Amino acid sequence: MIAFMIRRLFQALIVIFIISVIGFAIKQSVGDPVRELTGISVSEEERDEFREKLGLNDPWFVQYGRFFGDAIQGDLGTSFFYKRPATEVILEKAPATLELVLVSSLIILFFSVPLGVFSAIKPDSLFSRALMGSSIVGVSIPVFLTAIMMVYLFSIKLGWLPSFGRGELVMLGGWGTGLLTVDGWLHILMPSIALSSIMLPLFIRLIRSEMMEVLESEYIKYAWAKGLSHRRVWFVHAFKNTLLPVITVGGVQLGVTIAFTILTETVFQWQGLGFMFMEAVERSDAPLLVAYLMFVGIVMVGVNTIVDLIYGLVNPTIRIAGVK
Amino acid sequence: MNRLDKFRESFLWYSFKRDKVAIASLIVLMVLFLAAIFAPLIAPYNPYDPEMIDIMNSEIPPAWEEEGVAEFLLGTDSQGRDMLSTMIYGMRISIIIGLGAVALQAILGVLIGLFAGYHGGRLDAFFMRAADVQLSFSYLMVAIFMSAILQAVVGVAKFGEIAIPFLVLVIGLSQWPQYARTVRASVLAERKKEYVEAARVAGFTSSRIILDQIFPNTLSPILVLSTIQVANAVMSEAALSFLGLGMPIDRPSLGSLINSGFELIFSGAWWITALPGLLLVILVLSINMLGDFLRDVFNPKLYKG
Repeated sequence: MIAFMIRRLFQALIVIFIISVIGFAIKQSVGDPVRELTGISVSEEERDEFREKLGLNDPWFVQYGRFFGDAIQGDLGTSFFYKRPATEVILEKAPATLELVLVSSLIILFFSVPLGVFSAIKPDSLFSRALMGSSIVGVSIPVFLTAIMMVYLFSIKLGWLPSFGRGELVMLGGWGTGLLTVDGWLHILMPSIALSSIMLPLFIRLIRSEMMEVLESEYIKYAWAKGLSHRRVWFVHAFKNTLLPVITVGGVQLGVTIAFTILTETVFQWQGLGFMFMEAVERSDAPLLVAYLMFVGIVMVGVNTIVDLIYGLVNPTIRIAGVK
Repeated sequence: MNRLDKFRESFLWYSFKRDKVAIASLIVLMVLFLAAIFAPLIAPYNPYDPEMIDIMNSEIPPAWEEEGVAEFLLGTDSQGRDMLSTMIYGMRISIIIGLGAVALQAILGVLIGLFAGYHGGRLDAFFMRAADVQLSFSYLMVAIFMSAILQAVVGVAKFGEIAIPFLVLVIGLSQWPQYARTVRASVLAERKKEYVEAARVAGFTSSRIILDQIFPNTLSPILVLSTIQVANAVMSEAALSFLGLGMPIDRPSLGSLINSGFELIFSGAWWITALPGLLLVILVLSINMLGDFLRDVFNPKLYKG
């Protein structure tokens, strides 16, 4: 187990290293920091001097070394637009995105488990078939379209829900949360439903197919033969083993969810990381772009590593298979 | 027995005849593809021709609405272009990018999957780790990053000119791991079979064994995956264009049309967003339905997630 853990952590470090190289390459090729910092009314000599002072004439590996050293200490440069450290901007925007992901994960969890399990144990019922039919429709509708249609219906036509922003926030330390006010909940409702709309059908189908596979297995037949109650076989024996693959896929889907936050936040002008990222793209704000890339990369590698480690703990075969 | 007869007696044709959903999706898909191919003949206007666009005609609702005109069946967009024509041309771009991206990722993924799976070793380990990492970031994320960075590097105006080949490249590069994994899995199963051993004993070179002997046996999972991937590629293109990282508005795809309409939805002009959106959903849905049908028929073990 320890060998497995070390190998997995080593891999994570390599990936983070590669991400940092990519981030550095972007920083080198997007925008000119001297122009961004000095403006246009500065003479050529002064610029050259400034360039020398910033160390932009050093060989690239020296510059990379400086970039990496700063990055480890949490310094990812200064945003051209905000004129503040990029890390600070990221940390300020992160709670909005995290809350969005959290609420939509809860929605996915609350609906996918009962619906998936039901359609697995009663696959021929009318409800299950309708569910499977509508789930393929669900995965075919892009997130941003769901979001726009919701805005049109609930905000413009009916006027029930606000169409943009986060509403009233309560500051808890540095964390501005919208989850403590009614207004905040009204604002988060539509974005989180939109965000979960693409993942929910996927998870229902996944839980259903895993559960059906488990229900075919020998030990479930044995459980039936023992005369256990339906409820016990379904929820205690079968459901437990359904969860395992769902955890791994859940980890992988986090990346997808973050990608979709960019779309959702753009529609609802949700002041989170995705919205900030798109603004940074429009403004060619390279330090902020790189900071976002590094932040998302580290979060993703972290979560995937943890998921893999948990998976290794609960499923010993993966550890043995991993040994070469 | 010629090929047509062989096809008529196949299990694929047998199941297809009995599946109403599959027949319906194929018909819808054929209609959409034909409309895309013959767009210049079918579309009532040419949305790329500035002569035919009059800004005075902008934001006219569809013909069945009160202020609609019979001239523009589905209304016009913010620049005065006929919605129906613009949508047909937009779908054409979406389909071109979708098919191009899938062709690229299939070539990349299949070659990597075949050779890595057959030879194993370091090369295999390297590509599979790369695939893992890329999948953990999700193809959409990778595509968004790649286009955002390229757009920042070359500038928006220049980006518009190279948008189609660029989107093909971005979506193709972001989705190859699915192919590589699926193909590799079937190569690993095939490699141990006797016919491969026989070929090896007969002294065939390894690339001949891979391409002539093993490759044909991996075709059915590739076919199933390809259908789903076309749907994915079309969706990715729409997402990128919606974010303003894809097709420019003077040559809109369905995604950029939806994006241009979104700004106007608050003033009540729902059709500029909703109609291309509906077309996109119909296109993706019919491809997905067909993919589902093929998966049921061939039942290959596809990589989950």
